[in-house]
Amino acid sequence: MTVAGEAGTGVRATARIRAVRAGADTVLAVLHGAGPFDLRRNRAYGRQARVCVLGAMCAPLGGDRLRIEAVVEREARLRVTTAGATIALRGPTRGPATYDVRLVVGERGSLDWLPEPVISAAGSHLRQSCVADVAETARLVLREEQVLGRAGEGPGRLSSRLTVRCGGRLLLDQQAGYGPDVPGWDGPAVLAGHRAAGQLLIVDPAFAAGPAQVRSFGDEPAGGLAVLVPLAGPGVLVTAVAPDSLRLRRLLDEAGRVGGQTPGMS
Amino acid sequence: MSRAALLMLADGRFPAGGHAHSGGAEAAVAAGRVRDAAGLREFCRGRLHTSGLVAAGLAAAAAAGADPLVLEEAADARTPAPALRRVARVLGRQLLRAVRVTWPSAELDALAVARPGGAHQCVVLGVAGRSAGLSPLDVAHVAAYESVSGPAAATVRLLGLDPFEAAGVLAGLAAEVDQVAGRAAGAARRVRAEGVAVLPAVSAPLLDIAAERHAVRRVRLFAS
Repeated sequence: MTVAGEAGTGVRATARIRAVRAGADTVLAVLHGAGPFDLRRNRAYGRQARVCVLGAMCAPLGGDRLRIEAVVEREARLRVTTAGATIALRGPTRGPATYDVRLVVGERGSLDWLPEPVISAAGSHLRQSCVADVAETARLVLREEQVLGRAGEGPGRLSSRLTVRCGGRLLLDQQAGYGPDVPGWDGPAVLAGHRAAGQLLIVDPAFAAGPAQVRSFGDEPAGGLAVLVPLAGPGVLVTAVAPDSLRLRRLLDEAGRVGGQTPGMS
Repeated sequence: MSRAALLMLADGRFPAGGHAHSGGAEAAVAAGRVRDAAGLREFCRGRLHTSGLVAAGLAAAAAAGADPLVLEEAADARTPAPALRRVARVLGRQLLRAVRVTWPSAELDALAVARPGGAHQCVVLGVAGRSAGLSPLDVAHVAAYESVSGPAAATVRLLGLDPFEAAGVLAGLAAEVDQVAGRAAGAARRVRAEGVAVLPAVSAPLLDIAAERHAVRRVRLFAS
């Protein structure tokens, strides 16, 4: 980690996790915290190793360059969570902060990537990206939640891109852009006044045999809306919008339970 | 380039079947999210800068000669809602049928053979533009404009909106349509060197959510 004093630069840090199969268990061969990311090894759950990312709360600030890399090697099982929401704040510079996540899941491996929401505070500017490469026989569960503004404030500028390849083929490529200067972001085609948006992605080889059915959730617009859809490859995606993070999580959890009941999934 | 070919391709009377679709406007009207010209303007602006930009990028890349089948995969990855993938392919099939007669070319024939069930409309549009001698920027203009002209025309019928007001909404968005087309064509120029990942992939959550709800409605005026 380096902190540079001059304008235009901030924290540059890359945290790394590598999970490998050892006998019947998963071992964390690399657990390397950096910058604002403090990585804690939690008690394993069966054969699944568990890691919690602590201390991401007061980052990223404008100008920061943050990155987390997680590699799950063949037949290993890993679950990663964060201890709290990540709050994007206005930094010493007006430049954007970047927060990049790189995930790799090897043959018959399994990764649950379940961070708490990213909150885009007024005046902040964050560019998030997540690129996941999943082997054809591997499983990935990935949740992304974006909350636009803390209580009683407008949002900052938040952009994100999620790119997922499965067995080398492009499965999902999506960008989102919200906040001031993003034309139409709050209009009737995009968020229509909702202040929380999220996605839950499940990639599983079982979907190659039998794609999931479309399901809609949350019939009352005030409580938020979600839809679970089969992708054009072995995966399902839940897309949700809600007035706040609590109702967003409820929708994603409900849809996730339905998605998880697909034959062949555990 | 032929300016007349550009006008033909963008003309709502070109026999490509687009009139049966509202681009999500019917669902937005039914949900009460679009009630008047101001609502239509915001709806169109959101659609233009999300799915309009994505379609324009893919179309421009196809017009620039990128492999249509690679663009098909990129279009699928950018269209998570199966209802919208289906609509894109239905419209693509109709457009392909029309342009194979209008501007016949080996590339259009090859696409029809490779995708008998239909290719994404934006990909067909790009290859068609190529056959008609249009530039990637021209084709991006068509895609960007279509992303707002469809919903505007549909809303005239759905809300009984004054057609002059709807046209005013489109005129008010003209500069943004130009901007989106320019961005899309700029990204398309980089595809050869950097791959399709440089193409825009901006999503609109409510368009995806509403499209699936609309697809199962029993009473509706437009197919999408």
